[in-house]
Amino acid sequence: MIVPTSGYALEVVNLKKAFGGLVVTQDVSLAIRPGERRLIIGPNGAGKTTLFNQISGDMRPNSGQVRLFGSEITRLSPHKRAHAGLSRTYQIITLFTDDTLEHNVTLGLLGLRATRWQMWRPLSFYGDLKTEARRILDAVGLLHLATHPVSEIAYGEKRRVELAMALAQKPRVLLLDEPLAGLSNIERSQVKTLIASIPRETTVIMIEHDMDTALDLAETVTLLNYGRVIVDGRRDAVIADERTREVYLGV
Amino acid sequence: MKWIGVALIAGSLLLPPLFAGDFYINLASQILIAAIFALSLNLLVGFGGMTSLGHASYLGVAAYTAALLTTRYGFGHGSAAIISMTATIAMAALFGVIALRATGLGFLMITLALSQVLWGLAYRMSNVTNGDNGIAGLTRPMPFGISLESAASFYWFALIVASFAFAMMAIFVSSSFGSSLKGVRDQPRRMAALGFNPWMIRWITFVYAGFWGGVSGLLYVYYHKYIHPTSLSITGSAEALLGVIAGGSGTIGGPAIGAALVLLLKNYASAYLERWNMLLGLVFLFIVLVMPSGLVPGFSRLIAGLRGGSR
Repeated sequence: MIVPTSGYALEVVNLKKAFGGLVVTQDVSLAIRPGERRLIIGPNGAGKTTLFNQISGDMRPNSGQVRLFGSEITRLSPHKRAHAGLSRTYQIITLFTDDTLEHNVTLGLLGLRATRWQMWRPLSFYGDLKTEARRILDAVGLLHLATHPVSEIAYGEKRRVELAMALAQKPRVLLLDEPLAGLSNIERSQVKTLIASIPRETTVIMIEHDMDTALDLAETVTLLNYGRVIVDGRRDAVIADERTREVYLGV
Repeated sequence: MKWIGVALIAGSLLLPPLFAGDFYINLASQILIAAIFALSLNLLVGFGGMTSLGHASYLGVAAYTAALLTTRYGFGHGSAAIISMTATIAMAALFGVIALRATGLGFLMITLALSQVLWGLAYRMSNVTNGDNGIAGLTRPMPFGISLESAASFYWFALIVASFAFAMMAIFVSSSFGSSLKGVRDQPRRMAALGFNPWMIRWITFVYAGFWGGVSGLLYVYYHKYIHPTSLSITGSAEALLGVIAGGSGTIGGPAIGAALVLLLKNYASAYLERWNMLLGLVFLFIVLVMPSGLVPGFSRLIAGLRGGSR
């Protein structure tokens, strides 16, 4: 029925999701090219995170499809999507608070390796995992905190650990759910630099609540409101669009 | 400091057969068996976040199967042990599929219900299990032709098995798989997003814990040379859970200490006190109030505090 359309990293086709009578995703369709930087904006309750949850597999849509590099993943469980090259971060920081930063990133590495099933060899024997985890922490500027538990570090640093865990997986498609939320100006520019440095092999899709915070990181923008795509296209075109102004300024 | 602790533990494990009388050596053997059982339950409760109230199933089924095979069907101890363990693993695999449809309280209730079914069978299916009379007249195995009849020889045997079990479970929780398990306990959603299969990780742990529960069941039946439906009862599961929590769930040594405490109270205090259950309750209450995370984490914090204070 559906011909696999090549050429797109991620496709969302007529996605629908309702909780009882409350429709949170209405006929959403997106097509994102490999290497693209896409920003998804919209006011509170526009259905941004719900859309992400359906792409990552945390929620099942009522109807519609999600395709990753042409193959259908709509009914695939979250861990299988991770193995297919999809990675995500969370709006509400979801880290292993009692464990060290190094261990958190190691879990990110372990998730895609067969080693994760190994029961008869202590994890500390895997020197390569440790080296790799420390290299990634260095890349996000947190190497000096590698042996500290997550519970001891600052909020902005936790945001960077979230990112480090996802980057450790070298994803083909990376979903960032409000990566700049709650950050100070200095922290914000640090994280933005980090996002800008993600290699082009990774397609980046980012949610932001405010329109301006992450605009300079995006090439294309999708505006959601009440679970619908309002405007979709090149960044400048979306900013200039009358409907964008309507949603954000209420005029 | 660390070496003093190691020496103390090694001493307390190696000395009983040399000095103590048979009563205490036998008590020590029972503690080792209870410790293996509590450690296996701790894999679920402490490291997996899956609180089970039906762990006696694995001890009981392994023990009953071995007892039936050797007394009724004329199997040797070696083949009976292998068949019992295979049966226990198969049962854990099936029970895991059923119980892991739920988490938290639902999981606890399913494990409880399943073990109650087995307990009921042991009681009522008296043409097979001999019901309330239990199965008596069992023998102990003779590994490499060595008799385990004396209290000391059985203690050495139990100590070897317990040491091996302890080492295997300690490596298990520090392995990559152990890290996956703890991750799934703390943040299942995040773990799935990272590529881990939470259900499979929980199920494998469930079966592995069932395996070591079965090992303790074999030791249990060898020690007592008798098996009764109470070995499958909720009391057995609950006492082990009490030991795990009292000693410190999610630690490697805690459950062993907790199991020893429960067993000592049960065997020692019951000689002087008729209502020893009340004493057990009071001790448990005291531990939960003073050291909510258990004896082992509680004391290590206390020692760390004292050291910090003396500096």
